[in-house]
Amino acid sequence: MARPKSRIWSGRGWSYLRLFVAVGAKAKAASAAFWSLFMFDLSGKTALVTGASGGLGQAIARGLHRRGAIVGLSGTRRAALDELAAELATNVHILPCDLADKAAVEALIPAAEAAMGGVDILVNNAGVTKDNLFMRMKDEEWESVLSVNLTAVFRLSRACLKGMLRKRYGRIIGISSVVGVTGNAGQGNYAASKAGMIGMFKSLAAEVASRSVTVNCVAPGFIESPMTDVLNEKQKSGILAQVPMGRLGTGAEVAAAVVYLASSEAAYVTGQTLHVNGGMAMI
Amino acid sequence: MSDVAARVKKIVIEHLGVDADKVVDNANFIEDLGADSLDTVELVMAFEEEFSVEIPDDAAETIVTVGDAVTFLEKATAA
Ligand SMILES: NC(=O)c1ccc[n+]([C@@H]2O[C@H](COP(=O)([O-])OP(=O)(O)OC[C@H]3O[C@@H](n4cnc5c(N)ncnc54)[C@H](OP(=O)(O)O)[C@@H]3O)[C@@H](O)[C@H]2O)c1
Repeated sequence: MARPKSRIWSGRGWSYLRLFVAVGAKAKAASAAFWSLFMFDLSGKTALVTGASGGLGQAIARGLHRRGAIVGLSGTRRAALDELAAELATNVHILPCDLADKAAVEALIPAAEAAMGGVDILVNNAGVTKDNLFMRMKDEEWESVLSVNLTAVFRLSRACLKGMLRKRYGRIIGISSVVGVTGNAGQGNYAASKAGMIGMFKSLAAEVASRSVTVNCVAPGFIESPMTDVLNEKQKSGILAQVPMGRLGTGAEVAAAVVYLASSEAAYVTGQTLHVNGGMAMI
Repeated sequence: MSDVAARVKKIVIEHLGVDADKVVDNANFIEDLGADSLDTVELVMAFEEEFSVEIPDDAAETIVTVGDAVTFLEKATAA
């Protein structure tokens, strides 16, 4: 019988092929172990990110997903969530929720637990601003900001504690803001909500530390976003004059802080606020 | 000892890591068994799981001794 002419089909070719396949299979089996040799591995962990339809939330969801986490994307703009979910492709769940609606907030954690099998990491990232001079600020402007930025964070964090205590593992992270610590003219409501988050999380951190659940804030400074994209040059240089690093931060740089706090490497860090602000405020 | 009492005591012994002879009906979780306030919340969670019942917050606050838990759960599971 005539042997195939191509070298790959010769006896030796087959054995190369077989070797290649065998090495590939081994590598695949070893890859989980291989990746876990790196720091900040989140494989198998479940993470719920609110405001995942927004600039920072997307970066945070991508960051956690890249480290191996199963992510739940929450927000109200379904199309933006769908788009991100399509990009991430696997290990992703869409969990729409209006955080201004008490009943919807109460349903979110149970829905996330049902979809992902638990919530190991909660990232409270959704936030709104309704700026106004203090003297002109309407009750409605105060209440709507506090309700999304603080009350919803309280309710979501409370709801995921049961699962975390039971597991003796949990990471609750809040995206606060530099202005929660420094204050900012025109943002009395927003600054109150972001400072409130820091005080609330320190208290919760003290309560659950003995159960290996950590609770921390990340406080971004000026970060590139659709909001900062529309600023003109003069406005931009005014902002940058306050930042020693002379540039805006990126979503990925905020996400890196979140990934760190979510990781098991950060197990001994709790009740803290990690500032990601290019040196804008050194506190 | 009723079946409920035995299951309650087993949970308390395991969760708080205390000697069985200390887990008597009038033993107060915090004062006698060294529980902290979070332990009491976790005990209630464990009871809920073991007996497949829901213990509302206001009822949970009245459960301060082993006997309280047994009484509550005997009623709840008889219903
Ligand atoms: N960008 C910065 O420079 C900066 C600096 C410091 C702190 N932060 C904080 O970082 C977080 C993210 O900001 P960002 O820059 O990414 O802003 P963004 O693009 O405007 O995103 C805000 C996110 O919050 C969600 N959200 C708002 N109201 C909601 C509601 N009622 N229910 C559910 N979701 C709601 C939005 O979801 P939907 O649009 O789907 O409703 C959106 O995904 C905020 O907490 C913000 O305060 C940002």
